Amino acid sequence: MSLLELRKLNKHFGGLHVTNAVDLTLEPGEIHCLIGPNGAGKSTLFRLILGEHHPGSGEILFAGENITALKSFARIHRGLSVKFQVPGVFKGLSVRQNLEIALQSRHRGAELEAEIGRLLGFLGLESEQAQTAGNLSHGQKQWLEIGMAISLKPRLLLLDEPTAGMSPEETRMTGEMVQRLNADGMTVLAIEHDMAFVRQVAQRVTVLHLGQVFAQGSIDEIVADERVAAIYLGQAHA
Amino acid sequence: MTGFFSLFRRLEGPQTVGRGRAFWGLFAIVLAVALAYPLFSDGYTVGNTVYFFVWVFIALSLCLIWGYGGSLSFGQTAFFGIAGYGYGVLTLNFGAAYGFTLVAFVAAVAIAALFAVLLGYFMFFGRIAGVFLGIVTLAVTLMLERFMAQTAGPEWHIGAARLNGFNGMSAMPPLTIPWPGEPIVLFADVGLYYFVLGLLVFVYLALRILMNSSFGNVIVAIRENPERAEMLGYDVRKYQLITFVIGAALAGISGVLYTAWGQYITPSSMGMTAAALPLIWVAVGGRSDLTSTVVGTLVVLAAFQALTIYGSQYALVFMGVLLVLTVLIAPNGLVLGAMNWLGRLAARLTQRAG
Repeated sequence: MSLLELRKLNKHFGGLHVTNAVDLTLEPGEIHCLIGPNGAGKSTLFRLILGEHHPGSGEILFAGENITALKSFARIHRGLSVKFQVPGVFKGLSVRQNLEIALQSRHRGAELEAEIGRLLGFLGLESEQAQTAGNLSHGQKQWLEIGMAISLKPRLLLLDEPTAGMSPEETRMTGEMVQRLNADGMTVLAIEHDMAFVRQVAQRVTVLHLGQVFAQGSIDEIVADERVAAIYLGQAHA
Repeated sequence: MTGFFSLFRRLEGPQTVGRGRAFWGLFAIVLAVALAYPLFSDGYTVGNTVYFFVWVFIALSLCLIWGYGGSLSFGQTAFFGIAGYGYGVLTLNFGAAYGFTLVAFVAAVAIAALFAVLLGYFMFFGRIAGVFLGIVTLAVTLMLERFMAQTAGPEWHIGAARLNGFNGMSAMPPLTIPWPGEPIVLFADVGLYYFVLGLLVFVYLALRILMNSSFGNVIVAIRENPERAEMLGYDVRKYQLITFVIGAALAGISGVLYTAWGQYITPSSMGMTAAALPLIWVAVGGRSDLTSTVVGTLVVLAAFQALTIYGSQYALVFMGVLLVLTVLIAPNGLVLGAMNWLGRLAARLTQRAG
């Protein structure tokens, strides 16, 4: 059974058809990248999967269950988790408290402290733990939010531009981390513009264009596809 | 004993300023002074001090909803009024015997909380947020004021209790504790002082524990970033509603105590000025910290009263100026700013010593 299945998903904003009959299937254990030019509807698709937007028509199935009508927090309980495009950390709170808020519903007391310590080590943020999250560098904020997202031990992790604003070195490290999480059984769906990252991690790639699935395949197939190159250069507006 | 210490530890955390021996030592001294104070003062002054204490609960309600929760409620006075009138109606009908005033106290606060469940449900589950929350809550309190103001006619009564329109409701019995022999009537002097002081200390400590718990973590997380909080699996609207209801109950406590203190309540207690003042106390003190809110509220109230006595018409203008200055100089509150500064100073001194 596939982990996530989008069936004929539609979303209009006024006259704009941002998501147009999108069918997408994610198999358990895969790393799937979603690419496409700006305005292709990638982030909207994430919001539909997360329940922040509701589709005009179509269905969303998670592990066989129809979650189309579920509230966002309930979808998180089913095993979804997300890192947003703009780092969504709790800016006024300390790094430690950020992680505590993410972890406290699964762990208590000494176990909670140990988990926070383990996650701080994993993220390389031990020396920043008392720091206010808003004072972190952009890259560190990204890491912190990824840490919060994975602390929920999700079955499906959604990453919206996880490497935006990162150095090539940080991007490579993020890629390695995603691969490590994937090796432990986490399925990943990532929106990413950085093709080095996509090449590093993606097992399958879906190209979104004008709200529709434009192409799908391995990274080599996608790169070789002339039509894909054309839409990135703005020549294929049908 | 270990239970006591674990409870004590839960009083401290990232959500409250003031921890360690120095803070609790100071707390004990302040409490001792507060307990001894009526011995060195006259009944009238003590009664006046109770009046200040009465308002701290509504300030704490705003601290909780606005400072910690990030939702600006402009209408805490609605719950103040509902509980105040509730206490009046109940006690004027059923009297003060058999400790009924205490039952009426709890019932009136419960009515205010119940009203908050209804109002909060429609607001939070209707996704009303930000400035609109302030507008809706303000509209509700002003509407209640207008409604109560037109109840002057004799047809407006609940049982034996006349609502009396703008003149307000009066002559309800003060809080009375049943006691073998002679019941203890808490008139607005020493008796009520100890009752309110005890309640204040209890509520303050309870709120400290609540805000430093995992529940408090979620509340500040929602203030910082509601979307992120939801995406960590928290039902944001439920948490907002619970906070709103606790806040309404606190405002209700103020309402009942005010009514029992003066044996009097009027519609203007839900009016524009009444609604705006708690915002100023809390903003000036430091809305995101319980201790700053308590200290700030008491200081501003005392200053306000002194001004009304010595230069009546300027008192409200002064409050406005105070608010503007706070926003300009210390947006997080003057008391909180001072406490943070003291904390940094102490840390630097201990660092130098070590």
